[in-house]
Amino acid sequence: MQPIFHSARILLPVRPWFIAATLFAALLLDFLPTSDWPWMPDWVALVLVFWSIREPRRVGMGAGFLLGLVMDVADASLLGQHALAYVLAAYAGAAMSRRILWFSLAKQALHVLPLLLMAQGVQYLVRAMPGVVLPGPAYFLGPFVGMALWPPLTFVLLLPQYQPEDRDENRPL
Amino acid sequence: MDHQPPPFFKRGPAPLARLSFYAMLSLALLFFDSRFQTLELLRQAVSLFTHPIQQLAQAPIEFLRNSTDYFSSLSQLREENALLRRARLSGAEALLRARDLEAENDRLRKLLEVRERQRISGRVAQILYAARDPFSRRVVVDKGQQDKLSAGQPVVDDAGVIGQVTRVFPFVSEITLITDKDQAVPIQILRTGQRSVVFGLGDGRLELRFLPVNADVREDDLLVTSGLDGVFPGGLPVAKVSHIERDTSYTFARVYCLPLAGVENFGEVMVLDPREALSIPEQLKPQPAPASATRPGGRRRLRRE
Repeated sequence: MQPIFHSARILLPVRPWFIAATLFAALLLDFLPTSDWPWMPDWVALVLVFWSIREPRRVGMGAGFLLGLVMDVADASLLGQHALAYVLAAYAGAAMSRRILWFSLAKQALHVLPLLLMAQGVQYLVRAMPGVVLPGPAYFLGPFVGMALWPPLTFVLLLPQYQPEDRDENRPL
Repeated sequence: MDHQPPPFFKRGPAPLARLSFYAMLSLALLFFDSRFQTLELLRQAVSLFTHPIQQLAQAPIEFLRNSTDYFSSLSQLREENALLRRARLSGAEALLRARDLEAENDRLRKLLEVRERQRISGRVAQILYAARDPFSRRVVVDKGQQDKLSAGQPVVDDAGVIGQVTRVFPFVSEITLITDKDQAVPIQILRTGQRSVVFGLGDGRLELRFLPVNADVREDDLLVTSGLDGVFPGGLPVAKVSHIERDTSYTFARVYCLPLAGVENFGEVMVLDPREALSIPEQLKPQPAPASATRPGGRRRLRRE
């Protein structure tokens, strides 16, 4: 059963250290030398959007800003480029967190795609200003891969919150 | 006026307020970083945090690379050894002659009272990875402030110029490749001695700009650094002309070149020490301003007629 609002599955509360650990793991994945594969999704953006939808009270724009700063320094890009994109993505994620969880996972992934595209597009616009050479259309493949990863990612990141399923006929919930 | 919510409903500023705060902060960072380059200290501070994580991410790849090295067969190594020995022998003659020529050149230059050529020295650095930024062409090497690297130093490999150190962190530094968009290297065409500047195009090629349509350039012409910039020592190979478009409807010819050095390869590179600033001859030194020009006590102001 999928962990959405009209499913009968009740999740355990999330542990804060697990959020921090997954964000750290996403940073590690982003730091892998994968610059030859432009279709690699931006893992930090994906996990950040996930937590800002699931736990908008714990992970929000502040975390997005800090992670963006870290990514900017590690990527040697303009300072503030990732920060701006992540802050906008975290805001949009928190804004739609109330309604997106009513949908099935496939439809959720469709909701997430514009967020990831926006995060990528903001960076594109920021860098397009001083007239640098722009990367090809493969640059925008990453968000689509990210969308495809949404259902498995949701499953993996919610694993620690699942309860063992023991059905009780007298208490259906 | 007791309409305050109880303390357990307090959530801090509204989301939109927080969004505009962080967005303005990011935009301010962007503006200051792109216009004034004044945020290097912040960059270095954050890099102290990111550097260990990046090294952690590199570790499995390093391990894979090392293990394949370890298991590479003996015959392969022997073959490579023989190849290198042959290459050294074939290069020895040129090297010996070069030493002789250098000594002769020094003597002649002394006779002619021309300034001596500067000796080049440098240190070897290992390329760690290409920066993940898809908008630029940069690599990161394993030497930084700890090894007294500074921004602006030229970087070469065994075949020619690779780029220039542009940003120095405590343990690593960033090299902008000559193929990066608008990275400029002052060159001269070896065959004709014509000076020009070659610009990176951002797609792995270089372009020789501002050469008239009838300029004496041919395909396969070798471009070497001219040394006029005070950064790159003269005479280092940079690129080879690959393709020329002469269209008389434009003022300038379009001359495309390919870099000679393994710019997109990984491996060891040589970071050359910064050149000493050329001293200006006595006759050209700016005269000390006459005493009447400065008003005592007041701040001197530049006035334009």
